[in-house]
Amino acid sequence: MTGKIRSLDDLRKLKEKSGDLTSARSEENKVKIIIGMGTCGIAAGAREIMSAVLRELETRNLHNVAVETTGCIGMCQNEPLLDVIRPGEPRITYCLLKPQDVSRIVSEHVVNGRIVQDKLFGRAE
Amino acid sequence: MLEDLSQHILDIAENGVNAGADSISLKIDDGPEEVVLIVSDNGKGMDEQTCRSVVDPFFTSRTERRVGLGLPFLKQLADLCGGSFALESFPGLGTTVSASFRKDSIDMPPLGDIPSTLLALFIGNPDISWMYTHKRNGKEFSVGNRELSEALGGGNPFSDPSLALGIKDYLRENISDLYS
Repeated sequence: MTGKIRSLDDLRKLKEKSGDLTSARSEENKVKIIIGMGTCGIAAGAREIMSAVLRELETRNLHNVAVETTGCIGMCQNEPLLDVIRPGEPRITYCLLKPQDVSRIVSEHVVNGRIVQDKLFGRAE
Repeated sequence: MLEDLSQHILDIAENGVNAGADSISLKIDDGPEEVVLIVSDNGKGMDEQTCRSVVDPFFTSRTERRVGLGLPFLKQLADLCGGSFALESFPGLGTTVSASFRKDSIDMPPLGDIPSTLLALFIGNPDISWMYTHKRNGKEFSVGNRELSEALGGGNPFSDPSLALGIKDYLRENISDLYS
């Protein structure tokens, strides 16, 4: 990021610079990343996982990824949880994440379709 | 436990989302003696009996597990900090949670990372109209996701990671201006 962003004008300039790349892709062709953001997830650091995801997507200039959140799914002891759904592929859940795990999940799984086995929680068809 | 107020805000706001609200306002008033936090939603609201039971950790409207900790945690924190906690709700109209925290209390948590909380709410719930107001010593900053989207030519600016991070910088700069 160059320069500080203080005003809406600064944001407009940033948008012009990054171009409107998002609207060009339809939602169903996007990879989905879903982060658990219930009380348990937040306490375990889910918000920092989301920040790490955004930074990683920005660094890699990835625009075909939709970031979403979900509430508690009852597996609180395994939070932070993050799901990756590549179009046409099963939903993969990663658990007990730290921000430093995010880069590997994005590069291996989101970009290249290879599941990161050691952080895997399970697979939902 | 949730470490700071920004984590509590993220957590409490989710109750409004789950109550079917389409408009949620978050307010922080950081005064000389106390910090006041108010979260209001226009969701389905609660009757009196439900209002009383939601501050009980062993009550939850969810079915995934049998405890709900968001509001009890916030109430506990307000109590610890010599502050107050109030829950006002009307079925069909919405709910307002207010909590205050005395700044001279040893248990007073830091505000924490408000920009990350707002961004997580904006990204996770694009269909809700969010309004955030932060007051400190007579200065005020307010921002809404709709206003940001409009200023950036419509659409969902939060779906673009670099723009989303830019918005986080914008929030951070403007909130820290209140403290300069």
